[in-house]
Amino acid sequence: MTLTLGHYLSLGAMLFALSVIGIFLNRKNLIVLLMAIELMLLAVNMNFVAFSHFLGDMHGQVFVFFILTVAAAESAIGLAILVLLFRNLNSINVDELNSLKG
Amino acid sequence: MDVKTGFFYLFSVVLMFAAFRVVTARNPVHAVLFLMLAFSQASGLWLLLQAEFLAMTLVLVYLGAVMVLFLFVVMMLDINLDTLREGFWKHFPLAATLGALVALEMAGVLMSGFRISEAPQVAASAGQAAQVSNSKALGILLYTEYLMPIQVAASILLVAMIAAIALTLRERKDSKAISASEQVHVRAKDRLVVVKMDAVKVGEAPKAPEAPEAADASKETQK
Repeated sequence: MTLTLGHYLSLGAMLFALSVIGIFLNRKNLIVLLMAIELMLLAVNMNFVAFSHFLGDMHGQVFVFFILTVAAAESAIGLAILVLLFRNLNSINVDELNSLKG
Repeated sequence: MDVKTGFFYLFSVVLMFAAFRVVTARNPVHAVLFLMLAFSQASGLWLLLQAEFLAMTLVLVYLGAVMVLFLFVVMMLDINLDTLREGFWKHFPLAATLGALVALEMAGVLMSGFRISEAPQVAASAGQAAQVSNSKALGILLYTEYLMPIQVAASILLVAMIAAIALTLRERKDSKAISASEQVHVRAKDRLVVVKMDAVKVGEAPKAPEAPEAADASKETQK
């Protein structure tokens, strides 16, 4: 049984589903939410790389490169905001972030 | 079942286990460590797909930088775990049902629909893939066709860096650092005041000049 594109795509789909579960389960913990988003991006990147390999097109890998760049920027700013939030509220509970609620 | 397939299943099983532990781990530090394991397995899978450059980038950028950043933040914050875990088991059935549904649907479609196997593809793109390595091919593409996007990506990284620093920078109130510009701008008259006062008779106790207020008062009288 040789590897097909479907194997990798299924792996990506399961990884994505698992991180969706993670977002549902850890609704209050901002750090784990950020980590689940990282996992989702990994699943998407997995699909990109698999398509790029099996269709023989390098452009998919270029997209993965850019996604990695943006994800790194996102997590850096997200963690900075998290630190700022913890400094002001002394908690990272999502339920307490309601100061912008009308 | 050849070696490659075996490695695929090995990496996939460890990756799924690590991802599962990331979302269920009680301690955030453990979650970060499992996330590092997950990324390392993903890097192995990308090596199987002959995307060497991206696999190494994943190890360097994610395991080396982003995950260490996560680890620092998790260890820096003193988090009350119990309040954050509230509602974990309450949401569990819904989350598990939804996740299983998504995974089964997508796997069902994908496993039947995408039967492209490796063998024909290698022959098809042999002319392109055989001569240049993956890194070189990616580099050629990045610095010709994607030159403008890569500049934009670089500026996004710069903006992210400045934003992260600007957000978390704070000046300490008890800092004793010297302000260089204030030091340079000071003039002699700001520091030294010549006080003119009347002569005092012998025997009379001279008034103790209270330095700042007396100086201000004499200044005002002079004006």
